[in-house]
Amino acid sequence: MGVLAMTPVFELEGVGFRYPNAPALDGVSFSIAPGQCVALLGANGSGKSTLLRLLAGLAFAQAGHVRFQGGELTEAALADDAGGLEFRRRVGVVFQNPDAQLFNATVFDEVAFGPLQMGWSREQVLERTGEALRALDIEALRERPPYRLSGGEKKRVALASVLVLDPEVLILDEPTAALDPQSQARVIDFLFERLGERTVIIATHSLEVAREIADTCAVLSGGQLAAHGPAEGILSDEALLRSTHLLHVHRHRHGPGSAHSHPHQHS
Amino acid sequence: MRRDFLEKTLRNLGDALDEAGRAESSGPLRRLDPRVKLAGFFGLILAAASSRHLPVTLGLWGLGATLAAVSGPGAWRAILRLWAGVGLLTGAVALPALFLTPGPALDWGVTQTGLQSALTLLVRVETTATFASLIALTTPWPALLKALRHFHVPALAVVIFAMATRFIFVLLGIARDAFEARRARHVGHLPGKLRRQMAASGAAMLLGKSIQLSGEVYDAMRARGFRGEAVTLDEFRCSRADWAAAGLFLALTGAALEWGCWR
Repeated sequence: MGVLAMTPVFELEGVGFRYPNAPALDGVSFSIAPGQCVALLGANGSGKSTLLRLLAGLAFAQAGHVRFQGGELTEAALADDAGGLEFRRRVGVVFQNPDAQLFNATVFDEVAFGPLQMGWSREQVLERTGEALRALDIEALRERPPYRLSGGEKKRVALASVLVLDPEVLILDEPTAALDPQSQARVIDFLFERLGERTVIIATHSLEVAREIADTCAVLSGGQLAAHGPAEGILSDEALLRSTHLLHVHRHRHGPGSAHSHPHQHS
Repeated sequence: MRRDFLEKTLRNLGDALDEAGRAESSGPLRRLDPRVKLAGFFGLILAAASSRHLPVTLGLWGLGATLAAVSGPGAWRAILRLWAGVGLLTGAVALPALFLTPGPALDWGVTQTGLQSALTLLVRVETTATFASLIALTTPWPALLKALRHFHVPALAVVIFAMATRFIFVLLGIARDAFEARRARHVGHLPGKLRRQMAASGAAMLLGKSIQLSGEVYDAMRARGFRGEAVTLDEFRCSRADWAAAGLFLALTGAALEWGCWR
């Protein structure tokens, strides 16, 4: 059976959402197959983060439908204790701002927070937390308060705090934002090595990250879906990328004295 | 570079919190089970607060001073600073009692009863503040929060305490950055009215940021299964030394209540 014949992990049908003072999403429809790595591309304010919140069950569609593995994703469905916890275990979210994601007193408490809320046994919590700390190479930070860590370390702790639950779907909001080049490379390497068969959804405006990781891209512009398809096709469509402000042109220098302009992107 | 009062206060507050967070105490109290410390010092605070005999309260203060002295130089310095601040504040509050409390007159209009009342209040406040600070200075904050859960302090309150300490640093950082950004854009001395306007807009900005951050944090908690009651991990083990310390705390509290309150 081909990937397309399987039940999609997420299915969006005419999804609309607006904040009190501005519309965020309008008529967005596409689906995400199991095991796919999807890059949600779009300029600032295009609706990427809102769409991620809908997929993560942190906000709910005001128009249209969001389905998770065939079931409607609604507030009522997640309010049910068993169903809600099961969804949280299966869908992990790494937020853009690590200062919001890391709210516990120590790194260990941070990583153990999810397993504890799931009601796992003490032994299971200790074992899985230890494994996650080792996997992300952050055992040495175990007793450190998260606010004292560097940006790269915070990102690794945030990843550990989500991967400890072994989610089938991983949602990442700008995973390389505000990181130095070395930390960005580490995060991308990690995503390559450890994600395995998981379904991954990454919101980014970095074409570089999309090129490295994604096999499918969905491009948002002004809250609407501008394009959806294989990463190769989307990332080579210069007209699309320029019209959605993911590529731009301005003059710059390559070495002393030679200023010229061509389309490029700042990540 | 000249800094205004609010900016200096924020900077000092951040530094003090940072120093307190890094303070490494040592000595017997550090090794005690946090639950024993919490319950033991709570008993001693009760005894000191209810003591009506100055020598008993002074004895408890002496006990607090000794424990601070054996808890390392960091803890001792913090306690000395505490005594100075608490002494000044309580002294100011107790000063009128020296003259206004009726009783046998001493020199300069001070009455004997007034002196005794003022001293009792001062020593009582210094002692209870010393014990309370010793708990915080000799116990890592996460362990202290977990110990609170053992005494059935609601999980939500404990999570709020934990997050308050966690985010005060984030918000102080934001406030410092905002002040630096403002200083980078002006030269010379600003008039008082403008400085006050800037302080007010800075406070509003900080409030807005904290509301935004609290929404993001709540989302992050929900995304990992938080459903209104945070579950925490119990990692405490009571050793023989902890039981012995618990007995000692109990005996000291009993003796202080007997001699200071009930006799």
